[in-house]
Amino acid sequence: MTYVIEGQTGPWEIVVGLEVHAQVISESKLFSGAATAFGAEPNTQVSLVDAAFPGMLPVINRACVAQAIRTGLGLNAHINLQSRFDRKNYFYADLPQGYQISQFEHPIVGAGRITIELADGQTRDIGITRLHLEQDAGKLLHDQDPSHSFVDLNRAGVALMEIVSEPDIRAPEEAGAYLRKLRQILRYLGTCDGNMEEGSLRADVNVSVRKAGEAFRTRCEIKNVNSIRFVMQAIETEALRQVTLWESGQEVEQETRLFDPSRGETRAMRSKEDAHDYRYFPDPDLLPLVLEQEWVDTLKATLPELPDAKRARFQSEYGITFYDAGVLVAEQAVANYYENVARGRDGKLAAAWVTGDLFGALNKRGATIETSPVQAATLGRMLDLITDGTINGKIAKEVFEDMLETGDEPDAIIERKGLRQVTDTGVIETAITTVLEKHAKELEDYRNGKDRLFGFFVGQVMKETKGKANPALVNEALKARLKSS
Amino acid sequence: MSLTPEMIKHIAKLARIGLDPSDIDATCHTLNDILGWIDQLAEVRIDDVPPMVGTETEPLRQREDTITEGNCRDSLFSCAPETSGPFYTVPRVVE
Repeated sequence: MTYVIEGQTGPWEIVVGLEVHAQVISESKLFSGAATAFGAEPNTQVSLVDAAFPGMLPVINRACVAQAIRTGLGLNAHINLQSRFDRKNYFYADLPQGYQISQFEHPIVGAGRITIELADGQTRDIGITRLHLEQDAGKLLHDQDPSHSFVDLNRAGVALMEIVSEPDIRAPEEAGAYLRKLRQILRYLGTCDGNMEEGSLRADVNVSVRKAGEAFRTRCEIKNVNSIRFVMQAIETEALRQVTLWESGQEVEQETRLFDPSRGETRAMRSKEDAHDYRYFPDPDLLPLVLEQEWVDTLKATLPELPDAKRARFQSEYGITFYDAGVLVAEQAVANYYENVARGRDGKLAAAWVTGDLFGALNKRGATIETSPVQAATLGRMLDLITDGTINGKIAKEVFEDMLETGDEPDAIIERKGLRQVTDTGVIETAITTVLEKHAKELEDYRNGKDRLFGFFVGQVMKETKGKANPALVNEALKARLKSS
Repeated sequence: MSLTPEMIKHIAKLARIGLDPSDIDATCHTLNDILGWIDQLAEVRIDDVPPMVGTETEPLRQREDTITEGNCRDSLFSCAPETSGPFYTVPRVVE
């Protein structure tokens, strides 16, 4: 699949790299002991360090360092045992220090890669350039007062991981797949909750266009796009704008732009002239961060099974398709649920029920796997009852509906409603007799070569037994009867 | 290195400092004197010396991930030029 923009001068290729800011899951901030919880009363989670009072010194949070290392390992990346913090200087009302403590020249994590899957089932590797630790800024509110902006510093100083990709992305779809995969890995690792609405995951998108085989042309950066859908739209919109510029003989200027989803356009945010000159220099308050290889090894040994590995294992262990395995590992909670249903049972049957009936029911109720009215053990028990012939697949649907409504155990429901499967051949034979007598006309047609009517008879016999007959036995008995008589 | 009046204006803008046009030449002169003085450092031979970030030989101290600070809005605000309810306020900034 190649994505191109058809211009007047021929096809254009797009080149995209993403910078993702992922808020680190930790109790306290990167360099202070203030809390990080989302949604607290404004300016209550602020220490003297976060508010940049004179003389306050930053002390690094070991757990945030561990989270960055674990994320690096999860991205198959090189961990730099020695890294350093730099000051990125700029003046803005959400940044009391007048600089952000970041890592410029020596980040904690170096090159890595993410494998993404596309709609057509193909996979591609997208390079990770680096990951570094830095402080988040505070939050500005502009809509509270006509002449003032309001500042909440609760977020100031919370640890962020900036994860920079190589310019390897060539289609909006790939950017979406990259973000989804990155989000999945972060959530599996428990290093970022990936919540884009609350701003725990934000993307800056670098876009340029070029003719096939050319070197890179000038890029623009689209700042702070806060949903995967908007990232894909922003890329498309921005690439079209650049193609139009180049084709009309103009130049693309390197600048920072904003994506406005309501108007479907990007517009300039800061001109080149105003571009920030960050005047990075090593932070004199912080010594180099030196890691012990032993600690890195310990963290590596305790990483959870990540989506790609889990997907491969689900395929081989439970015999399910690549596609189904992908759906089931998308969320860790779903994967755990599935595994509790499938373990020791028919994996394909379990996958069909979880991705089909269960997902459908959860969707309808606006529930999630965590709030599912049917527990994995209960669904598993129902599968046992299908497998051992107590109920057939059709009756199972009825039992499942009842489980959703009442939360009862399948055994109790089957007992209460008298749904036990009929395997008594005598009962089935009687039902067949009744059906054949009732449908003499169809029987004659069948005899005259309308073979398709076999399914009709099966259906009628099932109906006669209120759906409880064992379908295999019905098939067998009906075949024998139609042949003999 | 030597600063031009144009560079002085640019730096002032980045630092959000209001600089009276009549002060630009004098500022340029003063800063260039400082830079010239610091430029003496360039005469020192450091080809064989690894970069030094401090005199401390201890490793970076790390702290545990526990909440030890916060809930001190009133004292923070007592030093703030302007506040409104639970917020600091600043002259409106919108990009």
